[in-house]
Amino acid sequence: MDWVYLIEVLVGGLMSGVMYSLVAIGFVLIYKSSGIFNFAQGTMLLFASLTFVKMTENGIDFWTSLFIAAGIMVIFGIATERYVIRPLANQDLLALFMATVGLATFQEGFSQFVWDSDVHGLQMSKFLDIGLLDPAPIFMSDHIPWLDILIPKFDIFASLVAGSLIVVLAFFFQKTKTGLSLRAVSDDHMAAMAVGIPLQTVWAVVWAVTGVIALVAGLLWAERVSVSFTLIEAVMKALPVILIGGLTSIPGAIVGGLVIGVGEKLGEIYLADVFGGQGIELWFAYFMALIFLIFRPQGMFGEKLIERV
Amino acid sequence: MSKSLLKVNNIEVVYNHVILALRGVTLDVEEGKVVSLLGANGSGKTTTLKACSNLLHAERGAITKGSIEYNENDISKTDAYNLVKDGVVQVLEGRHCFSHLTVEENIMTGSFIRENPKEAKQDLERVYDHFERIRIRKKSLAGFTSGGEQQMIAMGRALMSRPKLILLDEPSMGLAPQLVEEIFAIVKNLNKEGVSFLIAEQNAMVALKYADDGYIIENGRVILKGKAKELLERPDVKEMYLGVGAEGKTSFRDIKYYHRRKPSFS
Repeated sequence: MDWVYLIEVLVGGLMSGVMYSLVAIGFVLIYKSSGIFNFAQGTMLLFASLTFVKMTENGIDFWTSLFIAAGIMVIFGIATERYVIRPLANQDLLALFMATVGLATFQEGFSQFVWDSDVHGLQMSKFLDIGLLDPAPIFMSDHIPWLDILIPKFDIFASLVAGSLIVVLAFFFQKTKTGLSLRAVSDDHMAAMAVGIPLQTVWAVVWAVTGVIALVAGLLWAERVSVSFTLIEAVMKALPVILIGGLTSIPGAIVGGLVIGVGEKLGEIYLADVFGGQGIELWFAYFMALIFLIFRPQGMFGEKLIERV
Repeated sequence: MSKSLLKVNNIEVVYNHVILALRGVTLDVEEGKVVSLLGANGSGKTTTLKACSNLLHAERGAITKGSIEYNENDISKTDAYNLVKDGVVQVLEGRHCFSHLTVEENIMTGSFIRENPKEAKQDLERVYDHFERIRIRKKSLAGFTSGGEQQMIAMGRALMSRPKLILLDEPSMGLAPQLVEEIFAIVKNLNKEGVSFLIAEQNAMVALKYADDGYIIENGRVILKGKAKELLERPDVKEMYLGVGAEGKTSFRDIKYYHRRKPSFS
């Protein structure tokens, strides 16, 4: 067995796992706080990164575009709460889910209407000259020699960004007043309302934060798969992640992402023969999620029902 | 007679546009008083409280008639957030603690409307002073605390907003008699500090013992009101709600005589 190769595969898996986690966190945030499965997560990624790309293509510099795109996502999140979620509050959850399906369709059309439906290449390396990123194409070509293990620099960059975003989120949730009220709302809507936490404001914050996460995740993904509708499909990979990690848990989303990332890379390399040839990377994640659904439907870190005996 | 803090004027509440839950409830909480609202299951106690704290819409209920005044302002349209700001807070039936948050975090959620974090810290101490029992458990998850502790957490959480009026729904539910007494003793202490209470209870004996005024509600109507002491003495109340028959077995028909009388104020 080639150990260096194995470690490379593991590290590569972990790094793509971080990217999955980032997308999964978007789902988890909204599900936790309002019980809605947000079908529009994928189109949010598309819309966010398309907005960013179109602005850079029109000559606006990197940081300004990033800032404006984040601002637009925040406004979009607040508007979503105000005009989609609030009128449906206290309705059947299925109605809310269908509303997000509608939102996805709207967003898909809207981004084509405002911008266009072309495939855009995104080369952040053009803007970010911080040494780690050499001129494009940046991944799979330029490696750092470290213990003879080859790790694409972009992967390191992406996981650093994702990792720090996760740390910021964790701090926000655990240490701030808004974070505390978010957790309270996710625990018990009625009680949160009774103690004077305004549900609408909390939901607006959640949607805005999710919008910003969608922007970051969208950009990191777009660097690999280009800004186009394939982005929406990339998001579908986050579904097995939240099934494995648990729909209600942010640590779950992180660990789930890592498990999926490593799992599918290892599967591709060591199990391909068992399952009849290459390409199992495409479906292996869903297969793992299925196993989890059978044996542990709430996922690894899903809400355990705390029951007093 | 002291000033009226909360005035419920003949309200009618309908759930889901069809289910009539309250058909004319009138009550009055005077400033600095403890008022008990008694009644059996499904008589409309909780609905009355939720109408006051404006949590009805979350269960697709709505006030269709009548009005609710707090400090002489109509509050039937004020949302829960602003009500808490104005000093009306509800402690829900069945506690509703945030089970995945620690005890201290639970209590701190009640300070959301407060601007000044320093004051919130002082208030936290005040809450612990009232509820010594939960001070030692402040780091554990609320979901793992006992029923009595959860009731204290819920009440402490409500106290954090410095309320003038607490709507307390079934504080005795599922608690041992000793704990019930403890909870009501705390209610009395808080009352001395100037907090008024409207308490919905099934446990009429305790509720009347600690209250100034009492209302008895049945089928969405107030059927009896009066000073708590007078209510305790009434033979019909004794028979129906306190479980102490005055003279051996009485016929059911004889006890419920007040039903056939029209309440004087509706």
